[in-house]
Amino acid sequence: MSDFVNEFWNWFVILTVLGGIVGCAVLLWVQSKATFTAGKTCGHVWDETLEEYNNPMPKWWSWLFYITVVFSLVYLVLYPGLGRFPGVFGWTSVGQHKAEVEKVDAAIKPLFDKYLQMDLNAVAADKDAMEMGKRLFLTYCMQCHGSDARGSKGFPNLTDGDWLYGGEPEQIIETIANGRNGIMPPYGGNEEAVGGPSGAKEVAHYVRSLSGLAHDSLLATKGKEKFEAACVACHGPDGTGMHALGAPNLTDKVWLYGSSEAAIVETITKGRQNKMPAWKDFLGDGKVHVLSAYVFGLSAGGKQ
Amino acid sequence: MITHDKIERNLGLMIVLTLLVVSVGGLVEIVPLFFQKSTTEPVPGLKPYDAVQLAGRDVYLREGCYNCHSQMIRPFRAETERYGHYSVAGEFVYDHPFQWGSKRTGPDLHRVGGRYSDEWHIAHLMQPRDVVPESNMPAYPWLAERAAKNTVGADIEAKMKALSRVGVPYTEEDMKGAKAAIGDMTELDVLIAYLQGLGTALKDVK
Repeated sequence: MSDFVNEFWNWFVILTVLGGIVGCAVLLWVQSKATFTAGKTCGHVWDETLEEYNNPMPKWWSWLFYITVVFSLVYLVLYPGLGRFPGVFGWTSVGQHKAEVEKVDAAIKPLFDKYLQMDLNAVAADKDAMEMGKRLFLTYCMQCHGSDARGSKGFPNLTDGDWLYGGEPEQIIETIANGRNGIMPPYGGNEEAVGGPSGAKEVAHYVRSLSGLAHDSLLATKGKEKFEAACVACHGPDGTGMHALGAPNLTDKVWLYGSSEAAIVETITKGRQNKMPAWKDFLGDGKVHVLSAYVFGLSAGGKQ
Repeated sequence: MITHDKIERNLGLMIVLTLLVVSVGGLVEIVPLFFQKSTTEPVPGLKPYDAVQLAGRDVYLREGCYNCHSQMIRPFRAETERYGHYSVAGEFVYDHPFQWGSKRTGPDLHRVGGRYSDEWHIAHLMQPRDVVPESNMPAYPWLAERAAKNTVGADIEAKMKALSRVGVPYTEEDMKGAKAAIGDMTELDVLIAYLQGLGTALKDVK
């Protein structure tokens, strides 16, 4: 800090600080030289007998003040305080933070290096790593995926073995490290083929039929054609989705935005957008690896 | 020798000396801050809030977000691990006034920009417990019902003009386009735009 715009402010700070301290010292000294007559009052009397004496300060009290003067001078020699002068110790808050971070990083680096050498199956089986993964998850992930990792509407449940982008170790690492951008365009990008809101309703009934939910079979039959025209490019001809695009499997009874007819119609007509932020730059490879192992271990796939 | 006796019997002298004593702290601790590069110059990459973010910032102020959320990451490992790079003065030169805050009932928000998706912010502001069941943050559903142009955006040009007078580099074009930029956005939209821009000048730097 103290990158003053010109030299004046450097000396302004130095002289004001030293002037203040010297002023205090002089004041103490002057007052100790002043003569007092013990027992003499200032001449005021209140409430008949209440008088104001004018006695010197107790010596021990003056000495406490002298000690603060000496302390402040010693402090200003050791620590920054006098303009640009950095102090003999060269202390800065930024330097202290750096030392703190480097100390911990050096201590935990071997640990993360060890985990980075292991594949996710092995890390997921390591009790200590899972304990670390849980802490990391509760710090960085629970805001969206929940402290129990079961997610909520729009935010995937990580414990159910159902994966938008795939549950293989490399896919989980990729998701956490570089993030994902999930986009379902309104009407699958082909409103004409779906035929507006009424067509969306038919498609919704067909989609419900895929996972065996209650549906109107007449509407579902009509919806099937439209599904084949507008939806199969991402969700596949059998509706089982595609990990490469993050297109969900529509046949597995796992619903990110709800399974009701209204919810599905909303998904079709308005589309959906969701984003998993990228964590690689912020967390670094080691933490991403341990987190990935934790997430891998949460699901049925990880436990096997 | 001057003793306190003389000072206390001379009111004018006492006032002068009192003012002198109480001003020393401010003269040393506050005044030089206005003449330091690190506190008066923006960090590289810092942009002034655009019209939408500025309107969102006023929602932030109006709803009193600063009562529970700070925008000041201190240089401690425990904070930089969780939030990201510690805050530096040069990031706040376009904030009038800054929203550092001093109370953290909720987490610090200085580097919340880009941390969550817009969809998360919508769900969270409408009902925080929908996404974080343990949260004790109030819900702000009315933000989605109010058009920003009728409230925080109503006098956006005047606000930008006032800010440009205290050194925020807005151009005439910025001010003219302000209303159009806000358009029909709700207060929720502009608030999220503000939040998503917070602290991004030093994002992903450790």
